[in-house]
Amino acid sequence: MEADDESTGQMIDEIYANGDDPPSRPVISGEQLDVEAYAALYSGRTKVVRLLFIAERCGGGAMELEALRMAYDEIKKGENTQLFREVVQRIDGRLGPEYGPDPAWAEAVDRRAEQRKEKLENELNAYRTNLIKESIRMGYNDFGDFYYVHGLLGDAFKNYVRTRDYCTTGKHITHMCLNAILVSIEMGQFTHVSSYVSKAEQNSQNSDSLDTITAAKLRCAAGIAYLEAKKYKLAARKNKVIDNINFRNFLELVPEVRELIHDFYSSHYASCLDYLGSLKANLLLDIHLHDHVETLYEQIRSKALIQYTHPFLSVDLHMMANAFKTTVAGLEKELEALITDNQIQARIDSHNKILYARHADQRNATFQRVLQTGDEFDRDVRAMLLRANLIKHDYNQKSLRKV
Amino acid sequence: MVKMSSVDALVAQIQGLSGNSSDIHQLHGHLKQSDQFLHAESTRLAPVLAQLDPAKHSLGYLYLLEAVTSVPFTKERANELVVVVARFINACTAKQIRLAPDKFISVCRRFKDQVMLLEAPMRAVAPLLTAIQKLQPSTEHLTTLHADFLLVCLSTKCYKTGLRLLEDNISEVDQPRDFFLYCYYGGMICIGQKHFRKALELLHNVVTAPMSTLSAIAVEAYKKYILVSLIHLGQFTTSFPKYTSSAAQRSLKNYCQPYLELANSYSTGKISELQTFVQMNRDKFVVDTNLGLVKQVVSSMYKRNIQRLTQTYLTLSLQDIANTVQLSSPKEAEMHVLQMIQDGEIYAAINQKDGMVRFLEDPEQYKTCEMIEHVDSSIQRMMALSKKLTAMDEKMSCDPSYVSKAGRERQRFDFDDFDGVPQRFNL
Repeated sequence: MEADDESTGQMIDEIYANGDDPPSRPVISGEQLDVEAYAALYSGRTKVVRLLFIAERCGGGAMELEALRMAYDEIKKGENTQLFREVVQRIDGRLGPEYGPDPAWAEAVDRRAEQRKEKLENELNAYRTNLIKESIRMGYNDFGDFYYVHGLLGDAFKNYVRTRDYCTTGKHITHMCLNAILVSIEMGQFTHVSSYVSKAEQNSQNSDSLDTITAAKLRCAAGIAYLEAKKYKLAARKNKVIDNINFRNFLELVPEVRELIHDFYSSHYASCLDYLGSLKANLLLDIHLHDHVETLYEQIRSKALIQYTHPFLSVDLHMMANAFKTTVAGLEKELEALITDNQIQARIDSHNKILYARHADQRNATFQRVLQTGDEFDRDVRAMLLRANLIKHDYNQKSLRKV
Repeated sequence: MVKMSSVDALVAQIQGLSGNSSDIHQLHGHLKQSDQFLHAESTRLAPVLAQLDPAKHSLGYLYLLEAVTSVPFTKERANELVVVVARFINACTAKQIRLAPDKFISVCRRFKDQVMLLEAPMRAVAPLLTAIQKLQPSTEHLTTLHADFLLVCLSTKCYKTGLRLLEDNISEVDQPRDFFLYCYYGGMICIGQKHFRKALELLHNVVTAPMSTLSAIAVEAYKKYILVSLIHLGQFTTSFPKYTSSAAQRSLKNYCQPYLELANSYSTGKISELQTFVQMNRDKFVVDTNLGLVKQVVSSMYKRNIQRLTQTYLTLSLQDIANTVQLSSPKEAEMHVLQMIQDGEIYAAINQKDGMVRFLEDPEQYKTCEMIEHVDSSIQRMMALSKKLTAMDEKMSCDPSYVSKAGRERQRFDFDDFDGVPQRFNL
């Protein structure tokens, strides 16, 4: 069950991890990914980054160009000249003169940015001399926003964190944490993410000022952080918490995923795996999930196999193979791997094609372990005594030589 | 004439002063003084030996014998001497010869060398075992003769006799070299008898023993350790335990590259890969005289793979077994399974009618009297061992050199770091 939540939970993550921009409607379907619809879900910087990621992943062709074109348009709306140059280089003139490097625009934006920076600096200095805490906080915040928009993530992060000293209410701290988390995710600094999530959660415990949306945001961020650290279990647990509030609504939006989970719960594994298979291509294009898709899929499948065998004392392999849409021989191999891994306690009767559950005899196992531990202790202690003796001898030799 | 008479005088002294222990100590003094003289006169001493009784006059006999054997002699003479020494070892009194262990050891060593030269190492097996028993204060003491004895056992293939000595658990060791050789030869004897667990333990001792420079013995032991570990445990971990000397940790692996690669190839579980690797590196293993062991490693892989099947399957056809472990025919698989059932390595029954193997559980229920006795004896052993450990710990905490060294290290810390309570109360 957990494994399944992981994959679906992640989708919620993406939506909320967009920071301040609420998504309109997620489109995750079995058909070929519609870049435009996908991109419409997101806005701002995330949109650009995701589009670039898709362009890189989908391996050329119309889709790549489409993605790049949209990224180009999106950047033009913003002020991030650094990213702009990168995209132009990627497009490499393939989209015609309209999508070439636009030096005039870039220069104008840069100049405007310079002016704005100066203005912000002046303002901040003024606040600082007046020692108005709230204004200083706002000043740093503005600076952070400014850097973020221009793609200087490191500086943005620094400025957001600086606001910390000037926070006066719990809400401010939460705000600061959310900003820091957002920037950290973009930078790929997932240790920062988890530390700020815990900070924000601590803060919320003190003041109870967290509304549901923020709480969900925080949990999603933590989920992503854990995912990056490959702690799938923890990621799943984090996401489970959101089940109650947002999960239901979310499911209505994505019929495939709903079906999938429904199947999983009611043990229709074949159709469940079918759905998963059809989603795979698109999940591979997701920025946070792509590295983990293979592992997660494997785990989901193993989990399903384990769950299937769990309640039975004996299982007919023919029926099981049907349920999982595979051959008996293939299933035998999969089960063999799981048994070797000690994930299923059972043995296969290859003659009659039946899987028998095996209940370990605790008493015998204990005896066996005790005797083995005793032997090991015996051996280790004697070896240690020998080494001690040798060292003692060596020491004596040396002291004799000295005399 | 004068010289002869002083030999006579010495003989008279030996005969007169072999009674009680104070006399013997006095005699020992005389003998030490005349040792040089005896060596000078060594050629004329042989007939004198006949005047002495090896049991009563063991110390004197030993000094004369040592002098006699110190010079080179002909083959015929060697034959005679071997008989004399063997008789002496059997007859001598342990208490007397322990006064001059160096002399006794060198006599035994020469005896061993002569026997080897005569190409009759068998003649040395029993006398050397007796010699060890007489020389060591307790069965826990390692003597220099242990290694020589085990070598003789190896060259005569008297593994069982060698094994008897190995059953005594050694704990008192003073010469590292003796210890290394003892463990190395002992390991080889255990391998010969297929006592792999014991072999592993002995070889492990060599590899992890404290040493300041790497010895050839350790390198050879490590090679065998890798192979035995694969045969017995089915795996090999390349990391050393943390108490291993830094010399070994640093450079041992450099000398054993083919063996480490072999272990690597073993861990893939693919028999064909392992076989090609062995074929390619055959020469290296032949040079190290380890080819036999390497072959055992290869065949152990079949066993390992079959054993793994017993964990996952209740029944499996011989054909499937042959396919899974890459044996050429079901017939061959049957031979392997049969052999393993016989050796008690798996519990299974073969149904020849439809070519199925039925794997069973371990029938041991831990309910028999024998098992309870076995458990009890293990507990007793552990208790004795832990008592010994405590005793050793106490002895060490009282050792002046240890205390002074530990005290010195302690001063390096700030005095404030320590509160007045001794650490063991500081729970």
